[in-house]
Amino acid sequence: MALLSKTSKAAVSDPLMSNNPISLQVLGICSALAVTTKLDIAFVMTLAVIAVLCVSNTVISLLRNMIPSKVRIIVQLSVIASMVILTDLILQAYMYDISKQLTVFVSLIITNCIIMGRAEAFAMQNGPWKSFLDGLGNGLGYGIILIAVAFFRELLGSGTIYGYKVIPEMLYAAGYENMGLMVLSPGAFIILGLIVWVQRILGNVEEE
Amino acid sequence: MHSNRYTIIFTMLITTILAFVLSSVYSSLEEQTERNFQADIKKNILSSLGFTPDKDSPWTTENVEKIFKNSIISIVIDKNGDIVPEMFPEDIDPKIHKNVYPLYKKMINGKVDGFAIPISGKGLWGTMYGYFAIEPDGATAKGITFYKHVETPGLGAEVDKPWFQQNYQGKKFIDENGALIGIQTVKGKVDESSDEAYHQVDGISGATITSRGLNKFLLKDLQIYNPYLVRIRKNYNS
Repeated sequence: MALLSKTSKAAVSDPLMSNNPISLQVLGICSALAVTTKLDIAFVMTLAVIAVLCVSNTVISLLRNMIPSKVRIIVQLSVIASMVILTDLILQAYMYDISKQLTVFVSLIITNCIIMGRAEAFAMQNGPWKSFLDGLGNGLGYGIILIAVAFFRELLGSGTIYGYKVIPEMLYAAGYENMGLMVLSPGAFIILGLIVWVQRILGNVEEE
Repeated sequence: MHSNRYTIIFTMLITTILAFVLSSVYSSLEEQTERNFQADIKKNILSSLGFTPDKDSPWTTENVEKIFKNSIISIVIDKNGDIVPEMFPEDIDPKIHKNVYPLYKKMINGKVDGFAIPISGKGLWGTMYGYFAIEPDGATAKGITFYKHVETPGLGAEVDKPWFQQNYQGKKFIDENGALIGIQTVKGKVDESSDEAYHQVDGISGATITSRGLNKFLLKDLQIYNPYLVRIRKNYNS
């Protein structure tokens, strides 16, 4: 592909499966547990994280040769925090209803280890375009897991998918009940654990 | 290695730039956010009182303002339940005015069709704000809504959901002797055969602290408005 060189392509595609930030690096677990009860919330959260990751990675990469190494973490964090506040402000102005549902979790993107991790591990060493792609890849990798977890939690916990009822009333009449556990945090832990397990079986992950 | 002087100048510069970007975005979006917020409060008052948006008139900010102007009378009462003359809810400044409370009356063809009062109190993570609507009899719940809270999405934040809010409609917060008892959430579903079912609603599983907080502050806020509601009940029954 002309647009993306091999390494650029790897920057986007690796985090999707073989080096997924949540299921393999086990970063950003907090929000993966908190905002995955419903698909629509998980979806907006994913978009917000992708936006923050791409922009902060690009900005930090542009500044990488100017940032004094002594204060680099603080500088990274202030860039990230600003981007998160910016995202939160935009959500409040233009997507008021959804920003209300996400409550504190948008601001908590600041503490998401994926973003700090990518800034420190990738954007400080690579050019802006590659860093942007790395942000996109990791954001998508985060989003895939978030949406997968949310899919199962919403289906099993509320009997809906993206707010639409999918479990027929007949089943409820026959004694089927929504799994209350899935709405609670342990439900997310269990599903996340299963995803990690399945991925390790399929992906031949090398154990250290 | 960068010198100390460079480090200090660099950090100051980056902080200034970021602060400038943030504050300019904030001030350019502030008006829109504030309007969303005010319209959201009005939407809450309207929906607690049983108004619903439909396809022909969706609840845009303009529509909400129009419906509110046409169907709602806003008054202010004091702690004895007397109406404070010449005062409106938007005039209340909590710093100056103590013991005055806003009240919204829904009017249909000149007759009162319900009252909405603000409710607020501690949930699990912070203060929850909303409206509680009362039928013209002054004793029956008409609806409940929330416009601001920081409860956990999927758990405490279920208070925003129709299933939970519709729970309250038709429940009584006054017992047979006329005493104020509030409305309580129960664990799981309400046992309809129980004698207590008239003041109980289905709880939210996994949100015990949110529900307990809600029970408590709903009662507290109803107590504030009770002197006014006592008169409403007396007039209604006679």
